[in-house]
Formats: sequence, C-alpha cells, structure tokens
Amino acid sequence: MKIGVVSGNVVSTINFPFFDSKKLMVCDYVNPDGSTSGYTIAVDRVGAGVGEIVLIMDEGNSARQMFGLDTGPIRAVIVGIVDAADFGVAEVG
Amino acid sequence: MQLARVEGTVVATVKSRGLEGVRFLIVQPLDKHRQPQGDKLVAADGVHMAGPGELVYFVSSREAAEALPVRFVPVDHAIVGIVDDVQVNQ
Repeated sequence: MKIGVVSGNVVSTINFPFFDSKKLMVCDYVNPDGSTSGYTIAVDRVGAGVGEIVLIMDEGNSARQMFGLDTGPIRAVIVGIVDAADFGVAEVG
Repeated sequence: MQLARVEGTVVATVKSRGLEGVRFLIVQPLDKHRQPQGDKLVAADGVHMAGPGELVYFVSSREAAEALPVRFVPVDHAIVGIVDDVQVNQ
C-alpha cells in the first residue's frame, strides 16, 4: 500500500458497469519527505475527502475481494484515512 | 487508474484469440491537470464508446483484461470510463 493525499475527484457517466455509483478520487502519492509525485485515480471505500491523507491499496485481487467480485477491472482503492505517519524524516498528517 | 486523452484508433485484423471485436485506441496519458505526461500507448476500449478527443480514464496491467468480454487476453491497458469532469486542487 502507499500513502497519498486526495487532491480531487473524477465524475464519469459512461463507464464500465462496476464503476456505477462508485466515488473516484484523484490521489497524489506522498514521498517520505512529504512532497508528492505521481497520482492515481482510486475508488473510495472509506469516505475520504479532498485534502485528506489516505492509504491506497493498488492491487487487483485484493480490490475485487473488497467488493465481493470475481471479475472487474478495478485496482486502486482507498482503504483508510491516515491520522499520522512517521517517516523518520518528516511527519505527514 | 490514470487520465488520458484519446488521440486515434488502431485497426488490426490479425489478433490474438479472444480479442475479436475489441477496439483499440491510441491514448496520451495525462497528469491530473490534463497535461500530457509520458508516451502515447494503445489501450483497449472497455466501454465501447470512447472516441478521438475524449477524456477517459484507463486501468493498467492484469486488470485491463478484466474490462473485456474474454478475461484471459493479452491486454495491458484498457479504458474503463469516459470522464465528464475532473476537479483538482491548484
């Protein structure tokens, strides 16, 4: 899993059926020094909002298991909201 | 998943088994501000409706094949949604 910060959301009407009524968030990955680099669009499972530090799981089988699916083109899921993370060099959250 | 802009189409008659009827599109991956980022790539169209000029999001690796009718096919990028709107900070 990786730590990210929610920076926005994506709205989509025409999509693969799995994504109907799913909340898609744009998340920037957070580096150990607190900076961000790269992003992913993740399905929100915990009710995260813009600006929150979150835990992102980016693996297909685990993602499908979370939603009780055998199939589905889903990978990145927000699985937690971070209260604090101590990287040893900088503190996030 | 990443954002991308559809830039063109690919036509291939001879394809691996299971890919019959699957549309392939050339997409330019974008950063979150919709600026081009990285090289263009070919993605399968999992929504059957994406066309050139459209803003889409695509899934990579093994999960791409999950968006297609036959699940065990050699595909590593697939479009899974057409974007209506993206709202990001800054």
